[in-house]
Amino acid sequence: MQQFVNLTLGGVITGAVYAAFALALVLIWRSTRIVNFAQGAMGALTTFIALSLIEGGQSYWVGLVVALLAGLVIGAVIERVVIRPVEGGPELNAVIVTLGLFIAIQALISVLFGVNQRAFVAPFSTIGFKAGDFTLALSPNTLFTLGAVLLVMVGLTALFRFTRVGLAMRASAFGQEVARLLGVRVGRMLTLGWALAAVVGSLAGMLIAAEVTFVAPTFMDALIVFGFVAAVLGGLDSPIGAVVGGLLLGLALSYVRGYLGDELVGLAALVVLVVVLLVRPGGLFSTTQTRRA
Amino acid sequence: MAEAHGSTAAGAAGTGLSKGDAGRGAATGSHVVAGGGTATADAVLSVEGLSAAYGPVKALDGVTLRAEQGRITAVLGANGAGKTTLLRTISGLVRPTAGRVVLNGEDVTRSPVEAMVTKGMSHVPEGRGVIAELTVDENLRVGSLFRGKVGQDEFDRVYDLFPRIKERRGSTAHTLSGGERQMLVIGRALLARPKLLLLDEPSLGLAPRIVAQIFALLRKLVDTEGLSVLLVEQNARSALSVADTGVVLNLGRVVVTDDAHRLAGDEDLRHAYLGF
Repeated sequence: MQQFVNLTLGGVITGAVYAAFALALVLIWRSTRIVNFAQGAMGALTTFIALSLIEGGQSYWVGLVVALLAGLVIGAVIERVVIRPVEGGPELNAVIVTLGLFIAIQALISVLFGVNQRAFVAPFSTIGFKAGDFTLALSPNTLFTLGAVLLVMVGLTALFRFTRVGLAMRASAFGQEVARLLGVRVGRMLTLGWALAAVVGSLAGMLIAAEVTFVAPTFMDALIVFGFVAAVLGGLDSPIGAVVGGLLLGLALSYVRGYLGDELVGLAALVVLVVVLLVRPGGLFSTTQTRRA
Repeated sequence: MAEAHGSTAAGAAGTGLSKGDAGRGAATGSHVVAGGGTATADAVLSVEGLSAAYGPVKALDGVTLRAEQGRITAVLGANGAGKTTLLRTISGLVRPTAGRVVLNGEDVTRSPVEAMVTKGMSHVPEGRGVIAELTVDENLRVGSLFRGKVGQDEFDRVYDLFPRIKERRGSTAHTLSGGERQMLVIGRALLARPKLLLLDEPSLGLAPRIVAQIFALLRKLVDTEGLSVLLVEQNARSALSVADTGVVLNLGRVVVTDDAHRLAGDEDLRHAYLGF
């Protein structure tokens, strides 16, 4: 029973991080129909920028704000400079470009910050709460992680539902040509979509870094696999789907890890991906009837 | 429908001129500046020697036409005549290889697509361009975004024009019928407060009764609010019944420009180009 409780808690927490990462993928997929394979590397880069500030004596919060701002700028610049020329072209071109970005950014991190593992100190205590003699897999820091993901999800939903910019972004995503004819500056909305996604990706990087405590330039690589599976599970189009998909995947993988063995986690994620694509290719929360790719 | 009234006098005045322009434009292949003082003053949109191509295929070949203030101009022709390309080139979705587009006296040939609506022109694309994932209300709001804050009374006015879509305002647009979609996109275009409305095949796939309803409404807006309409239609009979001026397009060239009633009465022309 205690094991089950802790596996569930652990699943929810890793699931929340998957969800944040999946949200970033969904934001970009919605606006430009591109799966951003460079998302992990972009998040790693901003996390390393924050880490070097923190190591230099700044507080975690200064590092967090700088990481998010850096994400905003990097996302916007990448869209304008690298992605814009391949937008609307063959899908494969964009995929190759994001894969190339992934390798280039990872190399850049190694050049700037070195390839060694570095300690990342969590902003809150990572010692679990106690219920009697039993230590829960729930600490002040994991509560912060959960709260941050929840806040981002609510914020993004509110942005899309209730604001003019959100409406313009949705219009650009779903009907690019019509939106342009109606005077929406679609190019700006796409840039904004990438910038927002990179902010969320940076947040995911900061959260996962605090969970794993040691970071190397490749520390986000595993996350892109799980984040992608979570996004597909949620339908790739839906922010809420991404969060639910992330939580479900986190739980499923946590049970696999606890009851079946750590070595099966990667395989289990693949099984989930294949089953979803076979049984419900539109995902659990897809807003469109059919989806290409 | 009131289309027979009011249009005849103005139509007759402008007719001889327009016909002459079209003839010269086709003959020389260069753009023609309309000579008549009255017609020039009234043109909301004037297209001069416009050409466009998809790769080696020439879709528009020196098209010269004008849309006049407070009138409905119908561009007619068979499939592949270049009607849709004409509208897409006017609004900048397709870049012309030659020619000019002048809107309210301003050369907008190279203006970005997004800017056209701020210059007073709304383009309703073919295939009823609703954004299917958004609700009816959200679709309307997208149409007013560029103007900043827009009062609820303007939305109410659109809903008054089209009570059918008012009932569906909270539903996602992909649940609408074809007629409701057409009403939605026209309503959405009107929220931009255009001086000129470009309509691409509004009758496509709609029941005749709905077509008549939509055309009657257009006529009313033109007559009472001074809206100008450039209408592209394959359904020549319906279009000519509502339009003031007809322009017949064939293989990317203007064949004839004339008063709509006279066009409808010209049997040879009808048989040759309009199929009725």
